[in-house]
Amino acid sequence: MSIGSEKIESKKVSRFEKAVNSLFDYINGLICECGVTMIFLMSSFRAMFQKPSRYTEVLKHVEFIGNQSLLIIALTSAFTGMAMSFQIYLGFSLVNATNLVGPTVGLGITRELGPVLTGLIVAARAGGAMAARLGTMRVTEQIDALEVMGVNPIQYLVAPRVIAALISMPLLCGFFDFIAMTGSYFLCVQVLGLDEGVFFDKIQLWLNPRDINEGLIKAAVFGLVFAAVCTHKGYNTKGGAKGVGEATNKGVVNSMVLIIAINFVMTNIIRFFDVLLERL
Amino acid sequence: MNAVELHNLKKSFDGGNEFVLNGLNLTIPKGSLTVIIGYSGTGKSVMLKHILGLIKPTSGKVSVLEKDLWQMSDQQIMQLRTKVGVLFQHAALFDDQTVIENVCFPLSEHRRTKKIDEIKEISAKKLIISGIEEKHFHKLPSELSGGMRKRVGLARALALDPEILIYDEPTTGLDPILTEMVDDLIHETHMREEGRVTSIIVSHDLMAAFRIGQHIVMLDKGKVLHSGKPEDFLNSDIALVKKFVEKGIKKK
Repeated sequence: MSIGSEKIESKKVSRFEKAVNSLFDYINGLICECGVTMIFLMSSFRAMFQKPSRYTEVLKHVEFIGNQSLLIIALTSAFTGMAMSFQIYLGFSLVNATNLVGPTVGLGITRELGPVLTGLIVAARAGGAMAARLGTMRVTEQIDALEVMGVNPIQYLVAPRVIAALISMPLLCGFFDFIAMTGSYFLCVQVLGLDEGVFFDKIQLWLNPRDINEGLIKAAVFGLVFAAVCTHKGYNTKGGAKGVGEATNKGVVNSMVLIIAINFVMTNIIRFFDVLLERL
Repeated sequence: MNAVELHNLKKSFDGGNEFVLNGLNLTIPKGSLTVIIGYSGTGKSVMLKHILGLIKPTSGKVSVLEKDLWQMSDQQIMQLRTKVGVLFQHAALFDDQTVIENVCFPLSEHRRTKKIDEIKEISAKKLIISGIEEKHFHKLPSELSGGMRKRVGLARALALDPEILIYDEPTTGLDPILTEMVDDLIHETHMREEGRVTSIIVSHDLMAAFRIGQHIVMLDKGKVLHSGKPEDFLNSDIALVKKFVEKGIKKK
């Protein structure tokens, strides 16, 4: 091997090493971030049970996270349900199994797409707003002002948001499931001409309440995740407008990555327990 | 009786390589109007945060109203803070609340037995003595001028009838007329509550310190460089004090 080609080879290796190192740094940072966020979440859990109670604040945030997300969830879920139904119909029609389109879409929506898409949409909308709001309050000294007034900022600002996300997410996920299935019904029965009776009968046969519950539990966990990540990022914002922008960006991106990763882990854990219960 | 006592206070943010506060000793008597001056980066704001219990010192003792801050539980510190009112540099008003709601906030948090009408009445009184007319009560902070925001901030700081009033750079960024107006407001507030309230002003405005201060403290390199009455500063032999005084007078 000539000296020239050796140099090129070593450059390639160092580039590869750099890429691997930066990947490990990113993963390391993400794990550290998870730890710090968990501690932050624990302190907000502790604050939830302290006096005075913050019912009004919780309701205000439920309205923001839940009610104000309804339209975007409705639009997204209707089109997701229709697109998924159409793709599955095209595939299943090749093997003459179009009567299984309804339950397949139902299982996919309730177990996976419902909670994940709801999590991603609400993390982007409400999570981003949470991080930006708390970040702005931090850089304009409003959080310091709360503290010097003898008000615990975690109890007043963070805990109500976390509780509100925990309450709103399963409700939004249920709403997502319902609208997505309505979209699926519209496409399959009204547009593609599948039999209405068969469509509902097969869904009833294959889809169990526990599939819906699985999705709702996942949604609650995702709510907790994005609320914890985004409030933590916003609460610890440093710098001015730039810091607020960075906190919002990191809050939303980390929430999204975590939601997708946790969904995979939760799916496997739930399936593992399914198999375990069957064997017992 | 002393309102604030700082004893050999040291603070380092980098594990002991560099000290922002380096053995600071300071006593602020109850009922006095003390102005703390110094160049930027001398530790004024860090010292203020120690008095408020927002930062834990690396070593040393912080006593507020005769109580050692770091011997107290978090709950007790929170309780003590209700006896301290703070006017922040940029007022730090809650931007989603109206003027009256901002002033009502500390009262509704800490005077839970009071009815909402009573709270509103107290807040309105505090706003009026701070120079805010009733027509501005339902405006948002973003609709107010810089001077008015400071007045609302002062009304909020006064809401709980604090024993210590802290002003963090109250005139920074204001024009000379507004600066004088805010200084007069601080002076009026102190005089109205004379003997009961201890006022601590952190500023770099020397002329304001001479005009309203009863006691002036100058910080340098995390320590007290000079402390005394305004006239003591004019006659000081310390080179840095002389330079600060000369520059302050020239600027004026």
